[in-house]
Amino acid sequence: MAVKSVIEAVREALREEMQRDPTVFVMGEDVGARGGVFLATQGLLEEFGEDRIIDTPLAEASIVGIALGAAFRGQRAVPEIQFSDFVWPSINQLIGEAARTCYGTNGAVEVPMTVRIPYGGGIRGGLFHSQNVETHFFHTPGLKVVTPCTPYDAKGLLKSAIRDNNPVVFLEHKKTYRLVRGEVPDGEYTLPIGKADIKRPGSNVTVVSYGLTLHYCLEAAQEVAAEGVDAEVVDLRTLSPLDKETILSSVQKTGKLLIAHEDNVTGGIGAEIAALVADEAFEYLDGPIVRVCGPDVPTMPFAQTLEDAYIPDTPKIAAALRRLAAY
Amino acid sequence: MPPRKPRARVNASNNGGATVAEAAPQLPGGLTADDLTDFYRRMVLCRTIDERIWALNRQGKVPIAASSQGHEAAQLGSLLAAEKDGNCFLFPYYRDLALKFAAGLTAEQVMRSFMGKAGDPYSNGRQFPLQGADLPHNIIQISNVVAAGLTQSVGYAMACKMRDEGTVTLVYFGDGASSQGETHEAMNFAGVHRLPVVFICENNRYAISVPQRKQMSIEEVASRAAGYGFPGFTIDGMDFIGCYEASREAISSAREQGPVLLEMNVERFTSHTTDDDDRRYRPANEVEQARLRDPVVTFGALLMEHGVMTQEEIDEAAANALAAVDAATDAADVASPPDVSTLHALVYSG
Repeated sequence: MAVKSVIEAVREALREEMQRDPTVFVMGEDVGARGGVFLATQGLLEEFGEDRIIDTPLAEASIVGIALGAAFRGQRAVPEIQFSDFVWPSINQLIGEAARTCYGTNGAVEVPMTVRIPYGGGIRGGLFHSQNVETHFFHTPGLKVVTPCTPYDAKGLLKSAIRDNNPVVFLEHKKTYRLVRGEVPDGEYTLPIGKADIKRPGSNVTVVSYGLTLHYCLEAAQEVAAEGVDAEVVDLRTLSPLDKETILSSVQKTGKLLIAHEDNVTGGIGAEIAALVADEAFEYLDGPIVRVCGPDVPTMPFAQTLEDAYIPDTPKIAAALRRLAAY
Repeated sequence: MPPRKPRARVNASNNGGATVAEAAPQLPGGLTADDLTDFYRRMVLCRTIDERIWALNRQGKVPIAASSQGHEAAQLGSLLAAEKDGNCFLFPYYRDLALKFAAGLTAEQVMRSFMGKAGDPYSNGRQFPLQGADLPHNIIQISNVVAAGLTQSVGYAMACKMRDEGTVTLVYFGDGASSQGETHEAMNFAGVHRLPVVFICENNRYAISVPQRKQMSIEEVASRAAGYGFPGFTIDGMDFIGCYEASREAISSAREQGPVLLEMNVERFTSHTTDDDDRRYRPANEVEQARLRDPVVTFGALLMEHGVMTQEEIDEAAANALAAVDAATDAADVASPPDVSTLHALVYSG
């Protein structure tokens, strides 16, 4: 096994799937000679040529709409939206069209399309390079939403997403790209979409998270462990379909639940998980369900002080964990 | 400005008692008398079912309908070209009832779709009538969001090119959709990659109630093609033969050289949908005047003029269409609705 970064894992998954299946193609802004602004597609143009690594005009609605149409014909489309903040012009094609294709054609038309989207903040990206967009897709039946946070998960899940016959929104937290490194097996492997992963087993409190925030949760769990709080950290990995079973069985074990994510608190993933646990594991709860999330402002601001204040980071999560454990 | 395509005409002279065999060589573009009578009958059937659907709406049996009355020559002329070509895929829009019906559905399938019954071939009662997909007849139309199908059709054409299938994709839209940003994006991308797409704009000069002069500052949507580096033509969309010929040339050109924009000028004989009342925004005599050029009437007259069909055959076509629509209405009326257990099915594939 070799230690790799998230971006290297993404690139490897793309390369392997393109080698494996000639119908896989990539399209997006600057994905060709530039190799993508984050270098996710570096070297792929040279290996696969202009017909499969397609530099597009700067027009997101058509990037997704054209990818979707190609998927109708059975090509495995892997469009890239350069930044999550730019996904909005394409939102009709994603939420309006792709999500409704299978249902709206009574299953006649499949959508083998994986839309890769770098998202999230903490990189001084301001309002238009930091957005958390996941809740909009999470809310939409017909889409699958995948949010890996390690190189191992990113590679295995991206390969599964590309092979899936449903539209997958594949969200890569851009701050994890180079910050997070980890072991990636040398051989072929895939990971199932829809399965959470317990990144840290524990017994006192369940912590549910995903993406970059998951790493802050692990740090916070480590911090409070010295104080006798044994937190179990569940990495959702896939937001949709949600792995309800793993969440519920963990809460049944610990009796307490903290949910952390960078996206705004109101109507977010955490709200849905809180409702799920209230519905199906109420009698197991020994304390209030706690959320540590981004505040309800329109994305984290640019100034360092404001960005720091926004982010649900390790100290904020650790403080909430202490309060909940003591409840 | 791209050159205007000269309006096509049937060159066959009226030679009275001429046999089909004698008339055939003079028909345009490899058309036979059988093609023309077949498509005349299909057109009459489309008009008949369209009118019946409006009556059923007023009876409360069809919740909503968008009509293709007045657009039939454009839709069926291009369909004939696609059928003759044999390797086309279609992305229609919501006003293409005639196109979708004539592409191969039975009258009963159409009626089931309009009544929201099980056996609706497009979506099994999930979508508005004839919306979804009819893959056996090479048709996809996912939504009502105008122009969303344009980018999809361009992607479909790109996929066919990647797979070296030689397929030409025909995508239909109204003058209203020509204002959407995705129309620009679709045409721009298709132009860059020289994709085998025929963009067919059925221009009836109304986006629901908004007239063309408030939609664009140009006379012809086709003139925009020049901005994308491919040819655009404006033709009379009330002329079946002209629509067939222009479509045939466009399909051939698209396969060899890349996209073509065909603007077919048509008339909308009805309100936008069964929920609309066009008396609020159209001059009283406008539809009356337009109906003087009714494509069903003019096509029938043309066929009689050239000895392809007799008055008796014209009358028989109308009677047969009425009988078929009557039977389809009765059958669909008593057909079962979709079972409620299907509500949750097929949100995802596999």
